[in-house]
Amino acid sequence: MLLRHTSSEVQQRGALTINPAKTCQPIGAMYAALGIHGCMPHSHGSQGCCAYHRSALTRHYKEPAMATTSSFTEGASVFGGQANLVAAINNIFTIYNPDIIAVHTTCLSETIGDDIPQIIQRAESDGKIPEGKLLIHCNTPSYVGSHVTGFANMVKSMVTYFSESGSGKKLNQVNIIPGWVEPADMREIKRLCGEMGVKTVIFPDTSGVLDVAMTGKAEHFPKGGVTVEALKTTGDSKATIALGEVTSGPAAKALDVKCNVPCEILDLPIGLAATDRFIDTLRKILHIEVPETVTEQRGRLLDMIMDTQQYTYKKRVALWGDPDQLVALAEFLVLLDMEPVYIVTGTPGKNFLKRIEKVIGNCAFKAEVKAGAGADMYLMHQWIKNEKVDLLIGNTYGKYISRDEDIPLVRFGFPIFDRVGHQYFPTVGYRGGMRLLEMILNVLLDRQDRDCPEESFELVM
Amino acid sequence: MVRILDERRQQVYRKGQGSFNMTCEKKSLAGAVSQRACVFCGSRVVLYPIADALHLVHGPIGCAAYTWDIRGALSSGPQLHRLSFSTDLREMDVIQGGEKKLYNSLVELIDEYQPKAAFVYATCIVGLIGDDVDAICRKVSSEKNITVLPVHSEGFCGSKKEGYRAACDALYKLVGTAPADGVSRHSINIMGDFNLAGEIWLIREYYNRMGVEVVANITGDGRVADIRRMHAASLNVVQCSGSIIHLARKLEEKYGRPYIRVSYFGIEDMAKALYDVAEFFDDPVMMEKAEQIVRSEVAAIMPEIRRYRKDLVGRKAAVYVGGAFKAFSLVRALRLLGMRTVLVGSQTGNQDDYRQLRDMCDAGTIIVDDSNPLELCGFLKEKGCDIFIGGVKERPIAYKLGLGFCDHNHERKQALAGFTGMLNFAREVYATVTSPVWQFVRRPQPAQENKK
Ligand code: SF4
Ligand code: SF4
Repeated sequence: MLLRHTSSEVQQRGALTINPAKTCQPIGAMYAALGIHGCMPHSHGSQGCCAYHRSALTRHYKEPAMATTSSFTEGASVFGGQANLVAAINNIFTIYNPDIIAVHTTCLSETIGDDIPQIIQRAESDGKIPEGKLLIHCNTPSYVGSHVTGFANMVKSMVTYFSESGSGKKLNQVNIIPGWVEPADMREIKRLCGEMGVKTVIFPDTSGVLDVAMTGKAEHFPKGGVTVEALKTTGDSKATIALGEVTSGPAAKALDVKCNVPCEILDLPIGLAATDRFIDTLRKILHIEVPETVTEQRGRLLDMIMDTQQYTYKKRVALWGDPDQLVALAEFLVLLDMEPVYIVTGTPGKNFLKRIEKVIGNCAFKAEVKAGAGADMYLMHQWIKNEKVDLLIGNTYGKYISRDEDIPLVRFGFPIFDRVGHQYFPTVGYRGGMRLLEMILNVLLDRQDRDCPEESFELVM
Repeated sequence: MVRILDERRQQVYRKGQGSFNMTCEKKSLAGAVSQRACVFCGSRVVLYPIADALHLVHGPIGCAAYTWDIRGALSSGPQLHRLSFSTDLREMDVIQGGEKKLYNSLVELIDEYQPKAAFVYATCIVGLIGDDVDAICRKVSSEKNITVLPVHSEGFCGSKKEGYRAACDALYKLVGTAPADGVSRHSINIMGDFNLAGEIWLIREYYNRMGVEVVANITGDGRVADIRRMHAASLNVVQCSGSIIHLARKLEEKYGRPYIRVSYFGIEDMAKALYDVAEFFDDPVMMEKAEQIVRSEVAAIMPEIRRYRKDLVGRKAAVYVGGAFKAFSLVRALRLLGMRTVLVGSQTGNQDDYRQLRDMCDAGTIIVDDSNPLELCGFLKEKGCDIFIGGVKERPIAYKLGLGFCDHNHERKQALAGFTGMLNFAREVYATVTSPVWQFVRRPQPAQENKK
């Protein structure tokens, strides 16, 4: 019993997080920056943070995650990190030669109060930025928000630095901000849009960066990622669709303000209804018909849900992870007639509670929902100890509860350190919905096969 | 040829070319994709396996989240060390100071878990906002009547090495706080092993079979009570020179307990680790037993190893690990498998280490200090290796180039120490080097052969 120390009595904790359901901002900024073609993420702080972020991304994506660090020393922590950053910029362009460097801060440089734009200017005037090379930045103090905030900040910076409404006329394209989803999800969103005949700029785009095919050549800057040219055109797009309020909302709004591109902020297209809304929004914006092939995909998901409803009916589920994922997932589960009774995210946000309330407010079951301080895996475990659930859905950190309480776990979200598949198979769109449902059913049915008495062990289910 | 930053030229050496004058123990360059971690990481690695202690990370959430149970340091009893505790500093705390939060967290945790001692890790931010961590620890210590030790591990104060030192300083404060009686004259502490995949259990068993009492494991499967009386052991047997040597030196200074340095990787080094202890106690019976153990263990594993060797002879390996001491053992172990090490490096070696490596290796071998992925990739391509041995950050590099890989760091899934470990290592190397998947992968060819 790895978690034998968990007591079932839920007490108000004054301070303290036990087994967090979040991590810090910079890793999100790093992940987002990897979704720009030819980009080197740069961590402005001590080397430790950067090493941790890279390791975590590598463990999850099973791909090398490149990023550089300002390597702060005691001197920098006293006098500021300007010299380190200028030197770093010079070294990065000389040795790694990326097209663009995306700087994010850390707690350390934030607390010191380094002014990144001013340092970038300095590097520029010192001639450290070669002709045609670019630099962007965002602030990611980890004592504010969480890893998803860092992601959102970097995506917003892409808009602030690149989006232009240059040509004056609207292009027949839509911006899609996919949120913090897997490379496979970004690929699937692109595929769906392609099928609809919609021209898109999707940013960031980590497909082709963190799910690269084996070629025997190690390319430090793989061919995937949104290009800077494409990013520049986002100001002339017809509209922006932001998937996920927390991760994509800020960038979409910034683009609206900066270049007058109207935006629709939707939930992540996870599950049937959310995908419907996504498809429908595309249809309306571009005045197009939804092609037969897409309708068929939808029909197949619907068919699968109907065929299997008896197995999902009234199953109690505990979920944890990131706000945008949780809202969409909870909605899907409700459609499956399941009961998302415990929901936890370490990311603070009042709006999250409202969004969840909208999804499950009218349901018959009672749910516990918590976000921000004190919302951690320890609390989740306490809830579960008080009243069990049938299924866990969340990242790898749920495996302790899964084992101790003997509850099946579907791995979903970030990070997943102990399984493969999440990078390659989407959970967004209709097909992604089918995969999610399949994963859920598999663990539930396996469980039934394992636990049922011999006489009711069934061949056909 | 691989592009190397000018400032790094002195951190790379090719055996047989030019004179040997390696600089190392340098700070990583700003702007490098350094594979190095921070002070906090070093402290955490060393202390975290102490399973009945509380480990509270004082700082913003990230530092704690990334170190939550990522190293498989096994415990035979309590599992408290596998949970993640953080004060999760927020903006207000950064402005107003985190002392109160730290105090409250400690009190709550101690009430809840009744640990045997508590370690409080001060991370970068804490160093900046100036919390008096020592004072809080003292206060809680006296109020709760348990030892609460601050670990000054602000990341920017150096690399892992400084973290090891901070950890040793904290450990040292525990030493000598319990009576030393009832300990046999033939007693040792096993230091510098973290019980990854249960390795310390193997090693303990060898020593026990020799009639040696093991007082404390530092720190794999460690217990606070053992550490308190570790000064009673006659000899300190130190592995992984970097992490724990500082503590061994202090024990020698204060208690006159000598230490020896050993390695448990590979047959030669493992056997030597047993003989050296027997020799120290100058006990023929013990030596006899050690020889017996070596004989029977080697006899048990060699037939299988010989089978693997047939297919591995002449293959080329690259090694990039944390400490140089491990690199020595690996070069030897690979040689036992008939393999050549063509690239070897570490994150934290010193001049002497690299000189020793140079002496061990064949001409043409590249020796590097604090390398980065770009450089490593270049060297791997240039040398045309069959396997890369390293840690989590090296794994994807190897696979991208289509090379075999073996994790010799904390993500190892099997014991690699001891005789059993040598067999596991051979199996792993064999499995990855001879995997059928490589026939579908075009590997980069070594530079010279290309020219022909
Ligand atoms: S929380 Fe802050 S200090 Fe800690 S790893 Fe994240 S950025 Fe670095
Ligand atoms: S460098 Fe500092 S802030 Fe970053 S992980 Fe290490 S201790 Fe934490």
